[in-house]
Amino acid sequence: MAKKAQSTLINMLLSLTIIAVVAAAALAFVSYVTAEPIAQAQKAKKESAIKAVLPAFDRLEETSVDGAACTKAYSADGQLVGMAIEASTEKGFGGHLEAMVGFDAEGNISGYQILQTAETPGLGAKAGEWFQKGNKGDVIGKNPSTGLKVKKDGGEVDAISGSTITSRAFCELINNAYNTFQKGGNE
Amino acid sequence: MKATDIIKNGLIKENPTWVLVLGMCPTLATTTSAVNGMCMGLATAFVLTMSNIVISLLKSLIPDKVRIPSFIVVIATFVTIVQLVMQAYLPDLYETLGLFIPLIVVNCIVLGRAEAFASKNNVWHSLLDGLFMGLGFTWALTLVGLVRELLGAGAVFGQSIIGGNDGMLLFILAPGGFLVLGFLMALVKKIHK
Repeated sequence: MAKKAQSTLINMLLSLTIIAVVAAAALAFVSYVTAEPIAQAQKAKKESAIKAVLPAFDRLEETSVDGAACTKAYSADGQLVGMAIEASTEKGFGGHLEAMVGFDAEGNISGYQILQTAETPGLGAKAGEWFQKGNKGDVIGKNPSTGLKVKKDGGEVDAISGSTITSRAFCELINNAYNTFQKGGNE
Repeated sequence: MKATDIIKNGLIKENPTWVLVLGMCPTLATTTSAVNGMCMGLATAFVLTMSNIVISLLKSLIPDKVRIPSFIVVIATFVTIVQLVMQAYLPDLYETLGLFIPLIVVNCIVLGRAEAFASKNNVWHSLLDGLFMGLGFTWALTLVGLVRELLGAGAVFGQSIIGGNDGMLLFILAPGGFLVLGFLMALVKKIHK
């Protein structure tokens, strides 16, 4: 075995500097190689979410309303058939909650898909299915013009059992998306 | 030291979860399902193997007084590589595990093996130690995840086997993690003796 390097100041400086430089170079390389696939994966995810939440459409047009990304969907004859809006709230049980929300031309919810969540597994994390069509908290087809609320707060949405905070955050997220929809629809 | 001893140590005799009881944070946090546990275990195994190899190669060049910061930089580099690669090529998995991947840096097993094994042994043995400690961690996490998923969600590897039933939610939540871990640890020790 080679003789161990002594803990002199110069040795310590050299070894740490070299290790840090090599590590930085390795990371720069990996980051460079993966940048493109990461961007593509995120884009693909967003696109599939947009398609999943909108009613049938022929053409999409990306715009932004008050800084919120939204996608307008048109039928073949140029009629607006719906909008997909990226909305978020910070009031989730795990903080940030982000979802793609789709509305038809009248403002009824046509679908939603959670994009980012830190809710508790087994409880709040159920939000991805709970509010879908045919499930207990079904919100599809509802019109949030008067504001979506959980039953506990006098609304008509069944909250996820044990996860009122997540459910409230989800309602707020839908309402945020609806506000964006209204602003965007009038433009 | 024989290679078979290193393999046995990692998988059973000095298993990081059941015997050394290291790295409990990711063990409890990521084992809500068998797949999550397994993927976390494999990611840790990769980092452990790579960092063991590099640290064993560098052991005579790193002065003693700065060995810990050096180890941490090496480990953090590999963890970041795992994170980026997973984000790029396995986005769905990254979604569930993303939060815990950076925590591999502070996983006691990785630093523990670097300090206790790789900095004193040759490259070949360090590689074996990293790989099999990692696999020992993987099977333990998979087992905990399997039991928690079965009791908590009525499913095995994502396949529901108890139709239309939510299962016992407790086992998906944190207390269930402690319970399952404790009982499994007792069971493994009993069988091993």
